[in-house]
Amino acid sequence: MVGTIPPAGTGVVGGVSVLFGLSAPGVRNSDSRWRQRAARARLALIAATGLLLLTGCGELPQTIMQPAGDDARLVQGLLMPILWIALVIFVLIEGFLIFSMIKYRRRPGNEDIPKQVHGNNRLELLWTAIPAAIVLVIAVMTFKTMAVQAEAPGEGALVVEVSASQWWWEFSYPELGVVTANELYLPIGREIDLRVHANDVIHSFWIPKLAGKIDVVPGIENRMKFVAEKIGRYQGQCSEFCGIAHAQMRLLAFVVTTVEFEEWAEKQLTGPSAEAAASAGAGIFAAQCAACHSIQGTAFTFGQIGPELTGMGLRETLGAGTVANTPENLADWIREPTAVKPGALMPALGLVEDDISAVVAYLEGLR
Amino acid sequence: MATITQTLPRTRSWRSGAWDWITTVDHKQIAKLYLFAAAAFFAIAGLEAMLLRTQLAVPDNDVIGGNAYNQLFTMHGVSMIFLAVMPLNAGFFNLVVPLQIGARDVAFPRLNALSFWLFLFGGILLNVSFFSGAPDGGWFAYPPLTEKAFSPNTGMEHWVLGLAVLGTSSIISSINFIVTVLNLRSPGMRLTRMPLFAWMTLITSFLIIFAFPPFTVAAILLLTDRVVGTVFFDASAGGDPVLWQHMFWFMGHPEVYVLILPPMGVVSEVIPTFSRKPLFGYTAVVFSGISIGFLGFAVWAHHMFAVGLGPVANAVFTAMTMLIAIPTGVKVLNWSATLFRASIKITTPMLFAVSFVGLFTVGGLSGMMHAASPVDLQHTDTYFIVAHFHYVLFGGSVFGILAGLYYWWPKLTGRMLSEGWGKIHWFLMFVGFNLTFAPMHMLGNDGMPRRVYTYAAGQGWDGWNLVATAGSYLTAAGFLLFVFIVLKGMRGRQEAADDPWDGATLEWATASPPAEHNFDVIPTVGSNRPVWDAKYEGADAPVKPATGAVHIHMPPSSYWPIVVAAGLALGAVGVIYFVPLSIVGLLITFYAIFAWTQEPTEVGAR
Repeated sequence: MVGTIPPAGTGVVGGVSVLFGLSAPGVRNSDSRWRQRAARARLALIAATGLLLLTGCGELPQTIMQPAGDDARLVQGLLMPILWIALVIFVLIEGFLIFSMIKYRRRPGNEDIPKQVHGNNRLELLWTAIPAAIVLVIAVMTFKTMAVQAEAPGEGALVVEVSASQWWWEFSYPELGVVTANELYLPIGREIDLRVHANDVIHSFWIPKLAGKIDVVPGIENRMKFVAEKIGRYQGQCSEFCGIAHAQMRLLAFVVTTVEFEEWAEKQLTGPSAEAAASAGAGIFAAQCAACHSIQGTAFTFGQIGPELTGMGLRETLGAGTVANTPENLADWIREPTAVKPGALMPALGLVEDDISAVVAYLEGLR
Repeated sequence: MATITQTLPRTRSWRSGAWDWITTVDHKQIAKLYLFAAAAFFAIAGLEAMLLRTQLAVPDNDVIGGNAYNQLFTMHGVSMIFLAVMPLNAGFFNLVVPLQIGARDVAFPRLNALSFWLFLFGGILLNVSFFSGAPDGGWFAYPPLTEKAFSPNTGMEHWVLGLAVLGTSSIISSINFIVTVLNLRSPGMRLTRMPLFAWMTLITSFLIIFAFPPFTVAAILLLTDRVVGTVFFDASAGGDPVLWQHMFWFMGHPEVYVLILPPMGVVSEVIPTFSRKPLFGYTAVVFSGISIGFLGFAVWAHHMFAVGLGPVANAVFTAMTMLIAIPTGVKVLNWSATLFRASIKITTPMLFAVSFVGLFTVGGLSGMMHAASPVDLQHTDTYFIVAHFHYVLFGGSVFGILAGLYYWWPKLTGRMLSEGWGKIHWFLMFVGFNLTFAPMHMLGNDGMPRRVYTYAAGQGWDGWNLVATAGSYLTAAGFLLFVFIVLKGMRGRQEAADDPWDGATLEWATASPPAEHNFDVIPTVGSNRPVWDAKYEGADAPVKPATGAVHIHMPPSSYWPIVVAAGLALGAVGVIYFVPLSIVGLLITFYAIFAWTQEPTEVGAR
């Protein structure tokens, strides 16, 4: 698992406990009840703030602030300076507003008319020029970043075709002949040339730690390139509203070594064992599932409507990240897909329980 | 004493009969109608927001479910924009502009009534869709998701026709206010002496006339896709879903300025009044408003950076978007400079107005971040954007509107709103608002997309979501308190002074509330702060006492505006459910327009 608590997080919590320790002795020494009560309230406030920061930190699987890909890193490198500039302006403006409200507040009985200043052309010119200069700096930084992003992918990039449907993803690797769904494998350090297509409505492909998002628009092929720089498991999800199950159109990306990637690809093409192919579940799959779902390395490669099920037993989740991939959840899914993921387009097939168990055993055995 | 005769000597009150309300063409009465109806729609949309926040309070929640959630977030957005903030602004245009420019009414009083009734019927048309399935494709309604194949119920028809009716209302009202501001200013009030709020009204009205017609065309194209079977936005048949996005955001982005410029006008009035100083850099504030208006039409594609327009288009729209930071920065600095060495009276309107500046600044600064298209590719469609635009439209627009309500309430009703309760209201709103929306910056940075009705635990989102939900309840408590304050403020004697805040502009030179004809004698203006200058600079009073008999011509009431509006609304309903009905509706509309033209313009001439 990647994305553990950043050291900064523990620092903040530590800072809070230091504050706690500092204020505590003062409380004990004071014999005034009122002050004790006030101090207790302050402690409660500090503790609550600490709790808040704790819940705010923890594991952040989709944060844009812990990049693991070159594009995400590039964007963070642009965001941070803008953020600092914004923070300085924020402090100056808010500080001035609060200062003025206190310093220049009208005391009771004060009927004086302040000096009637209608403006100051020099000053106003200055504070037209300052924002203009800041904007110019930010614009130059932005265009530099955009120039890097606009470069075409180099020779030897791994082409991945992404196909988005309501509410799941298909990934195909033309170079390898591998097709899979919802869980993407990527070799570390190799440039990825992503080409996205939509089958129905507009979606948006997004794995925050690897790269910014790219809309998946019907009738258009959009492209994006990035290099995954750290081994790990990364979460993403559709980020353009696409209907009832938009919230459950998630995906996983596994960044692995080149060797592991090649092993994975080979496994995808091999197909199930002879024993599994002859099981009862395979027969039910042929009759009930194969019209929509394909499995590489078997005879069932014609189904196009539903997600590819190759290597199903190896997947972490069902229904594009809706629930964990367990035999119980898979059985629930086959029994009534919309009970697991409201809106799912797969119909309930009305299989008897024995058949469901057999299909579950067959699918979970695909490894 | 002079004798004042006028053609409509009736005085109205809150308790006057329904017929008076239906037929009124008085801008102050229409303002009340606008504010009241918009407040009702605001309450509905706020309730929708509460349901959304309740659903998101904890991970894997299932209080309302995805289907309801999608309808509610769509209606929340559409309602807050078109049924709450826009008409609240229109309420202020009506209440304030004729008074500020020293006019007796707007240029076209009956058209003014028509605008209101169209707005009301359009709003109802949108909201009744809940009975048959409300629109659920977002306020931006991107096809193909909003095509018949993916959105088969009639919700989207309600959306298209509701917005078409509302757009008609806005365009009519904009023309009315442009003519009013340009032609009905009192003698001596050059444009360079016009109060800021009237200026922002003028700019906003121009934005509306340029933004809404192209959008209405797009909406009609979508309607024909759905009803007649055209394929304008259907990629599988050669249509182009991206075309919709261009046409939508060409309205959608200027719309943001339509929502924020009038409240900017409000704080440009409130801050100087309670600082006892003129607005710092009047000319700069006016011109930055104008340039924001122009630039607003050249930035629409920053809503589309992820669509794949290419690096050149993205670079151009990035640059244009960043340019807006300059006039915006100028405004913020000028408001701030007005406070410098001022004598600040801390009243409820002042607290809301200064909060506007502070909170709007936050929204502006976060806007700078995703103006950079590479950053936007991470931020777009996440909660960071939700935080950003709520700081602009809630921390900005809504706080500005609340400042305006407290400020101009005496002109509206002749009574004051409670200052003591008002400050508590401000405190609840300020804390509640920030608790609700500040955490959304973190949520967005931590990868939470917008428009998801549920999320898994373990994303680091649980804590912030709970805080945001708690904040939204606190904000709602603030609004409940405001309802109480308003109800309290509607009772009792009308005892507000004519100039309770020591104001500078013409609305403070007449009674609270003003007589139906506003001013016994049309004022004469020698500066951009006529009332202040008369009080403190020894200038002549802008409103001279009437001498001799004065006959004031006021337009008579008319019921034809509501009939025209009802006919159009009926026509829209007919398009959705039963086409012959729409023919009946159009016939009613045409007849009513004809009858309108035949109406006498003087009482008693009939």
